[in-house]
Order: sequence, then structure tokens, then C-alpha cells
Amino acid sequence: MVSPILELTDINKSFGHVQANKNINLKINKGTIHGIIGENGAGKSTLMSIVFGLYQANSGSIKINGKEINLRSPRDSIINGIGMVHQHFMLVENFTVLENIILGFEGETVFGEKLQKAKEDLEKLCQTYNFNIDLDATISDLSVGFRQRVEILKSLYRGAEILILDEPTGVLTPQEVDELFKILRSLKDEGKTIVLITHKLIEIMDLTSEVSVMRQGEMVGHTKTEDTSKEQLAEMMVGRSVLLRVDKKEIKKGETIFKVNNLSVKDDLDVTRVKDVNLEICSGEILGIAGVTGNGQTELLEALSGIRKVESGSIELFGEKISDQNNFLNPRMLKEKGLAHVPEDRQRMGLISDFKAHENLIFGYHDQEPYSKSAILNNKEITEYSNKVMQEYDVRPNSPNLITSNFSGGNQQKIILSRELNENPKVLLVGQPTRGVDIGAIEFIHQRLIDMRDKGAAILLASVELDEILSLSDRIIVMFDGKIVGEKENKNVTDRELGLLMAGVA
Amino acid sequence: MSNIVVDKSKVPWWVSNVIVPLVNLTLALLVSGLFVFIAGENPIEAVKLIIYGSFGYIQGFAYTLYYTTNFIFTGLAFAVAFHCRLFNIGGEGQAYIGGLGVFLVAINLSFLPVPIVWLLAIFGAFLFGAAWAYIPAYLQSKRGSHVVITTIMFNFIASSLMIFLLVDVIRDTNQMAPHTVKLPEEIWLPSFEAFSGILGIKIRYSPLNLTFLLAIASLFFVWFLVWKTKWGYEMRAVGHNTQAAIYAGISPHKNIIIAMCISGGLAGLLGVNEILGVSHKIQAGFPAGYGFTGIAVALMGRNHPIGILPAAFLFGILYQGGSEVTFEMPNITRYMFVAVQGLIILFSGALENLFRPQIESFFVRRLNREVNL
Repeated sequence: MVSPILELTDINKSFGHVQANKNINLKINKGTIHGIIGENGAGKSTLMSIVFGLYQANSGSIKINGKEINLRSPRDSIINGIGMVHQHFMLVENFTVLENIILGFEGETVFGEKLQKAKEDLEKLCQTYNFNIDLDATISDLSVGFRQRVEILKSLYRGAEILILDEPTGVLTPQEVDELFKILRSLKDEGKTIVLITHKLIEIMDLTSEVSVMRQGEMVGHTKTEDTSKEQLAEMMVGRSVLLRVDKKEIKKGETIFKVNNLSVKDDLDVTRVKDVNLEICSGEILGIAGVTGNGQTELLEALSGIRKVESGSIELFGEKISDQNNFLNPRMLKEKGLAHVPEDRQRMGLISDFKAHENLIFGYHDQEPYSKSAILNNKEITEYSNKVMQEYDVRPNSPNLITSNFSGGNQQKIILSRELNENPKVLLVGQPTRGVDIGAIEFIHQRLIDMRDKGAAILLASVELDEILSLSDRIIVMFDGKIVGEKENKNVTDRELGLLMAGVA
Repeated sequence: MSNIVVDKSKVPWWVSNVIVPLVNLTLALLVSGLFVFIAGENPIEAVKLIIYGSFGYIQGFAYTLYYTTNFIFTGLAFAVAFHCRLFNIGGEGQAYIGGLGVFLVAINLSFLPVPIVWLLAIFGAFLFGAAWAYIPAYLQSKRGSHVVITTIMFNFIASSLMIFLLVDVIRDTNQMAPHTVKLPEEIWLPSFEAFSGILGIKIRYSPLNLTFLLAIASLFFVWFLVWKTKWGYEMRAVGHNTQAAIYAGISPHKNIIIAMCISGGLAGLLGVNEILGVSHKIQAGFPAGYGFTGIAVALMGRNHPIGILPAAFLFGILYQGGSEVTFEMPNITRYMFVAVQGLIILFSGALENLFRPQIESFFVRRLNREVNL
């Protein structure tokens, strides 16, 4: 048995109430390319930031070559032979390649001998690994692919034996990806160890010899790449560990009340993320959107709820056009028309963490009676309402004056849910309703959604949890790369079938 | 860098809102004392002089309250914008233009019944100050020009504009100095002497006037606006989390503009105190730094009216007591007190978090121990 070059034991890390890493164990063997795969937010980057000394674990140990070490800063990691290439490059744009690489390791006050020496060493490195970089070029003149190489070169120059790459291909063109993979393979052949963090299955299959899968902060499996398949990895990534039971009546489908025609949507970087999507939802129906994170679900929900502009196509509510490329109703107008939205990222969008609970409970409805009359907030009404609704939804602690960030994730989610469901919306858009929520709250939230459906609401549920989709939806569509790649009635559909669609291989 | 992590929910409000500012203030005063000592005077004597100067006799106290009035306006101005996470550094310019508003309204409408002139002049001050803040607000919300930069520039523009007007357009032509004619005496705001005369106390001149009550009313107004109305609610929502505000259908553009205009309007009210209350004419440079000091007042007062009142009062004491010291102690110049103000700004603003973690964790530990016992 080869002894691992890097060994992590029982690593735990929390940020406030969120546990980003739970009892992580990981062994990485020398001279291998080891993949760490998981969805966005699974805790991959956090784990690697701990290894690189950017974060300190709450507990657990890190061993390099069998020796336990204490990493308090990136400098400690660099000394121990760990290098990291971040998703966003850490380069000074108006410095040259050489200046960037020696930054912090200049070794002399007035440049001279050592700079020359560094340059020679770097040229040698470039030759060994076929980097093809001009050391005197200014970073701002280089393409993204070359900047990444500079980052890799920087780590190697500082003596990295273990090189961590965080989502290295996200910003690259296909040709640049090929070049990068060539470099990584030659690094491996020279005996370096590479840790590749990604959520792309194809890269894992192409490049790695071993792979570890993370989900929701936990390590859910380690395997040799040759012993697994894309489909199996996809299943592991999205998970189906907890079997959830929901009491669901037979569907009483009403008429179509929400309709999306040929919708395309761009993200903030002007990349088209939703491509020509058509869908319809009937009253009394839950339509589930399955898909690996980042395949356009976020942008779709944002466009449907009036937050994001529509690029082309249109959205209809009760047969009335509410959005096309020229006009869109803002979220408040949509609320008045009976459309509510539980956003997928509650911290970023769903509530204001610095507000008191009662302020968040009326958020978006604050200008409606009885919460405010002629622009003056009616504190008595708001407090009464908050007390009532917090009891009804079992929000703990039941204190409307507590600052929202002091509630746990599940309770924050309940605050949002109670707010959005309270007005009995006709159409409900829900994104990741149970992300980071404990089991008890999950059941509660699921039951509420089913109740809404039974009352005749049309519900669009986007979730990366296959279980959730399978147990709640009446009909399921799968999104991959911004397109709807499959639609199934939720009868006898298997998670394997969905997994294939989600991985874009079916 | 401090690594102390304090669970914010366990920190009692009085620790972060009373103890921490007091510690910062004390430090600022200790360092100031050191300066006084180096300048060759006795710091204890200086403190005695400050206290005597600002409280010791009724006229001194009236001066203290007059300064407090100005600091309340400019402190509130900064605080309102800050709740929308806008750093309005332009209080100085907005106050200057606000003064123009007071004067133009008062001089042109002086034929109306006096209380109506007052109301309209107050309105004019608010409107002009708000208008001056509107331009940076618009540039911020539509063009993304940072309001810190634009408001600073607008201070200079205001200053140049007013000099131009005072020299070429509205100067009192019988005078060489750049100031306007005086307003007719009937519409001057009643001063403190007038009131004290009714009460049978005779004091000599002091600049304290009815505007003080307007300042107190403004404290209530801001408290009500920010915490009791949907406008304040929306402003705070935009300030805390713009993304969430958009999700809830709250327009960041609109709220940036509203917050800045109210902020500018409040700064403009300084003109009521200075022009309708004290000098009764526009003099070049009358805002005299109150706009900038208002930033410190707001920071010390944690951007809450309840904090701004004592903070404004404290700066009033320093201004009034400080001038007493410069009279009595030849080695201490006026600029020394500018330095003291600077130190207070430094300790309660820039270095605000220097001791906060230590103080908070100290109290959290102590209080937890009490609970455990």
C-alpha cells in the first residue's frame, strides 16, 4: 500500500450556522490526479481552502507524507509543498509574468542576481512542462488560459508537490482545456500530485485516476475512476440517501395557468443560460425541475419571478402576457397578480440577515395593508401577525424581534416560506426549498408545498435533490445546459433515468 | 488583525452602543490631553475650562446648544444616507446651498405673515439642500459614479458657486465683503435672549434660537422615517442587501435618490439656524466645517437619533469649551481643537473596531459567567 502524500482526518468547518465540512476524511496518493467532485456549495472549495491554509478547520488533522502539520496561512502550505490555483486568478494585472511569480519571494531588496537566477529557473521549468510562456509579458496582455499557466508556474516555482486546481476549466475555451490537460498530465508524469476540484463529470472521467464525491459538506464516496461511470457519479453527487415520505393525494389537475414560451435568458456576464425553454403548469400541479446546479435553473426562476430580464420568448400568467423582451412586470406587480417566489439563495436574496425576523416576515408585502397604512408601518399588526405565523410555522426561537441571522438555516427558510405562502399565491416558484435545512424542517416544508398544491396552486419546484423532486412532483422536467432535455410524468420514473438526463448523456 | 470572534447575538446592546463609544471617546481625550501637555499647558486645567466654558454660565451653555443644533442637522443628514449604505460626504455643500434656499425664500416672501415665512424658508432650505444632493444621487443610481467622490466634488462646486453668487449676484452692494444684505428684522427667528427675557433672566447675546427646536423635531422625524415608515424600511432594505430588495420589488434607484435627498435636505436645514437664526445674511463659508464634523457625530451616535443627540451635544461642548480654552491658554490655538475633533473622528470612526472585539468578548465572558453561577 502506497502511503498517501496528503491525508485529511475528520475535518470539520462551520461558518455560523452552516456546516460547510462535516467529518471529512480524504487520502490522496502521490503522483496521481485526484478528482473531487460535487455540486456548487457541496463544500469542495472550503475543504481545499483549509488544505491551502486560507481557512482553519474547527477540528480534524492534516498530514503530509505521514507527518501531522498545522496550516495557519497559505505561507505554511506553500512551505509544505502545497500550491493552489484559484477559480479567480490572484495576479497583479500590470506586472509581468516574472514579477507576479516572484511576488512575496523576491529574496533581495534591489533586483539583480537573484532575479536573474529566478528567471533562469523559471525558463527551465517552462521547458520541462512545455508551458510556452514569455516571462516578460504583462499579465493584462495574456489570455485567460495563459494566466492560468502563470498561476500553475507560480505554484511550481514555489516548490509545490501537491497542486490544487479549483474549477480550472470554468473560464477556458475547449482548446485551452485540452492544453491544460496536457500540462496536468505531464506534471503527473513528473511525479507531482494534482487535486482537481470540479463539478464536471467529463473532466473526472478524462483526467483522474481516483475520485472523491462530496455532497452537502460530506464526503459521500471514494473510488477509482476506472471502477465508476458518469452515471454513478451523477447519482452520488445529487444523492438519494434520505428517503423522504410525503402524503400526497391523487392529482386534481385544473387548467393551465402559467405558461412559458420559447424563453431565453442571459446571466450578468451576458452568457445565455436559459435556452428556448417551453413549459406549462396547471393549477393543482407541482412541476419539478431536476438538474445539476448551474444548468440555468437559477436564471429561469429569476426571469419567471420578474427579477431578470427576458432575452426572448414570453411568459404568461392566466393567459395574460407578463414578460417578454420588451417589458416585464416587477416582482411586486407579480405578487399582486398572485405569483410568489421562494428564492433558491435565501441569504443573498430571500431575506435581509440584519433585519429583525418580523421585518423579514413582511418583506415584499410591507406596503400592503394591514402591515402599513399610508406609508406608516403598523407595528402592532406586524408583531401580532409575526407571532401568529411564527407559531404556525414553528419558527424557533419564536421571537419576532430577534435579528434574522441568529436563526438557523431551516428556521430562516420557514420565515421565507411562511411569508410567501401566507397570501395563498396562485403560482408559486420555489428554488431549493430545503437546502441546508434539517430533516424535521424538510418534512414540514414539503407538507406545506403539498398543501398548497391541494389547494389548487400551480407550483414550479427547482431542486438539485432528486429525492425532493421525485417525492413532490407530479411531472418532472430535466434541465441541462439551459435546455429542457427531458420531461416525464412522475410515475415509475427512476432516479437512474433522471441521473442520465441530468448528466447530459442520455 | 484581531482574531477574536464574538457571537454578536450575545453582546448586550449597551456594550456596543454605550461602552464602546465611551471607551473610544476617552482614548481620544487622553491623547488630546497629551497634546495639551506637550503644548505646555495643564490638561486638567484645560478640561476644567472646557466644562466651565460650556456649562459654567448661561451664555456659554446657550452657545453649546447653538453648536449642538448645527451638529444635529449634519449628523442626521449623514445617518439617513448611511442607512441606505451611502456615504454622503457632501453635507457641507448641501448646507451651503440650503442657506441659499433660506435666504431667497425669506427675502422674496418677507411680505407674508411671519410664521408662514418661517415655514416656507425651512422648506426652501430643505428643498435646496435636497436638490444639491439629488445630482450625486442620480449619478450614483443611474451611472454608478460613487457618491463619496461626487459629493466631495459637489462641496467644492457649491463653494465656488456661492462665492460667485456672493461676489457678483447677491452681494450687498454697500459693502465690500462677500455677503448679502440682512433680512428684515421682523422675520428673524426669535433668539434665546428673547425667551429668557420673558422668563425674567437677563443674558447677553447668544446665537441660540428657535432652530434648536427644529433640530429636536428633526431627530424625531428621522427616527420615525427610518424605523416607522415603509420608506425607511425600503431604504434600509436596499442598504443592507440590494439583491434582496430587487427580489422584493423594491427599487434601489428610487431609494438611493430618496435617501440622498432627505439627507441633503437635513443638511440644508443648517442654513435655517445660521441665516434665519443668527447672522440673518449669507456670509461666504458659513457652513464652517459643520458638514464634515456631522460625519463624526453620526458615527459616534451609531447613526441613530438617540445616539446623535448626545454626540452632537458633545461636539457642541468641545466647540464652545474649546474656544474658552483658547482664550485662557495662549499656548492652545484654535487649531488644537480641530486636532481634538480629528482625534475623536479617528477613534470613533476609523478606529471604531480597534477595541470593539476585546470589549465585547470581555462582557460576553463576564455575563456568561454570571449566568453560569
